[in-house]
Amino acid sequence: MTLKVDNLKVWYRTLRGQVQALDGVSFGVADGELVGLAGESGCGKSTLGKSLIRLDGRMRHVGGTVELDGKELPIADPERMNGFRFKEVSIIPQYAMSALNPTRRVGRMLAELLESRGVAMAGVRDELLRRLELVGLDAEVLDRYPIELSGGMKQRMVMVISTILNPSLLIADEVTSALDVSTQKAVAETLVEFRDRHYVKSTIFITHDLSLVYQIADSIIVMYAGRLAEKAPTDTLVAAPRHPYTRMLLAALPEVGVRYGTRRLEGIPGSPPSLLNPPTGCRFRDRCPLAFDHCAEQPPFAEVAPDHFVACWKAF
Amino acid sequence: MLRLDRVSKTYRVGTFGGRELAAVRDVSFQVGPGQVISLIGESGSGKSTIGRMILRLTGVSAGTISFDGTDIAAFKGRGLRAYYGNVQGVFQDPFSCYNPVFKADRVLEMLRPAWFPRLDDRQWRDKVAGSLEAVRLDPGQVLGKYPHQLSGGQLQRLLVARALLLDIRLLVADEIISMLDASTRIDVLNLLGDLKARGLGILFITHDLSLGNYLSDQTVILRRGEVVEQGPTDRVFGRPEHPYTRALLASVPQLHRKWDRTGPLARQPAGEGG
Repeated sequence: MTLKVDNLKVWYRTLRGQVQALDGVSFGVADGELVGLAGESGCGKSTLGKSLIRLDGRMRHVGGTVELDGKELPIADPERMNGFRFKEVSIIPQYAMSALNPTRRVGRMLAELLESRGVAMAGVRDELLRRLELVGLDAEVLDRYPIELSGGMKQRMVMVISTILNPSLLIADEVTSALDVSTQKAVAETLVEFRDRHYVKSTIFITHDLSLVYQIADSIIVMYAGRLAEKAPTDTLVAAPRHPYTRMLLAALPEVGVRYGTRRLEGIPGSPPSLLNPPTGCRFRDRCPLAFDHCAEQPPFAEVAPDHFVACWKAF
Repeated sequence: MLRLDRVSKTYRVGTFGGRELAAVRDVSFQVGPGQVISLIGESGSGKSTIGRMILRLTGVSAGTISFDGTDIAAFKGRGLRAYYGNVQGVFQDPFSCYNPVFKADRVLEMLRPAWFPRLDDRQWRDKVAGSLEAVRLDPGQVLGKYPHQLSGGQLQRLLVARALLLDIRLLVADEIISMLDASTRIDVLNLLGDLKARGLGILFITHDLSLGNYLSDQTVILRRGEVVEQGPTDRVFGRPEHPYTRALLASVPQLHRKWDRTGPLARQPAGEGG
């Protein structure tokens, strides 16, 4: 197993108290697996992605461990994490458009980046050119400034840069949210291609779009209010979800290719709880039509079928 | 009710405005009462420009937009005011439409001196309550609150309520769902469906084909400022004629049906703007 996250807790320090953005999250990612991580805004999905590579100043590692290829990741120690970043764990940031240094030519920026990790540009140059060709970029983009590239070109450039050292784990954080549907499809399929060609071992694809993640992921994790609600192989999760939140979320998605006429879809009433002082027990309880007394106690994230994990008392 | 007749918009770009950029070219369609028209296009297709022209936030370069038979470019003073009493817009980002210093219901209060100076406090309260009810908001939950205390869906519905206070007949909804989460966006969509049933005409501008498919009677697909296909939603989505519409539909991620993987990287669009 490439990645093993065990009871990870990451909280934010704010003036009004601790925001429990990630509160006891456990899951594993297998070799070569592409995992989709889906959830609504504020559910902690980006926090989870970030904490696997770099905690920012407001984030605090409260508990739990992360293991990558059998080694524990020192996520609370920014200095020691430097040895893993880019080589072992890499990220494609949400705003790839602004991720490139505007004052450097793209090639020079990459050379400096590699140098900072003790790798010579000359050693990876052939591989770099091959990968640029794969994503449809000309080698001469390396001599250009970021401003001379279009948004889609920058996005592809960042994807190549992030994966050039063949990291074990790639985190793709909402990489397709700002793109048009046709570009979105190309980017999503490039991620699959990178995995198939073993440029990256496993990928965590963070998104709010369940229908997009259904297209490319091997398995899907659904998060709700700082905790995992459900994890299952993609087809199982979409065809036979067990958690009421997953079911309601899937039922609320309008689709192309369906004729609605006068039929209406239903949203989920209410809104997610504040993570500043989250309620005890199941956090979906207030919005859940199935809630009963037992829900005052927090349900475990348990395996109900092979590879199918659910945090709901009603699912057992 | 609203009629666009061969409308075009060109912007002058480059040094001293030497070049012309056609943002919208020869677009014609109509919106009637109780009709929802979806305007669907990718970024740069001119869909928002059309919405802005209808709201008179920007001028028309060629062609005419008429409302009840009158060219809207001719409206001035009182006529323009009456036009805005009939046509209002709601935009993409509900979080930046509010001044964070003031309470959120100020967007409603600000209409009162100009539009309803004769109403006394009780009549005004009833009117506000009626319009909040139309967007399915509980007055107790939203009145007297600051914007940060409300969710995106609530803020967006409050903006629709503001437009409804004026008894409008046409709503220009420019990407009003895009910023909302999946569990709440369907409520705002259903709300538009309710308003449609009450006879409101809606121009629904979006990049998301599935939202357009859910809601609208007529669909207009735009590409680089030009209409590639328009007609009843069932036909445009069910039997698309233009290759661009077909390509667009094929790239929309759907549940229960996976993409055809036909050499993904070969079909990478070359240097699309972002």
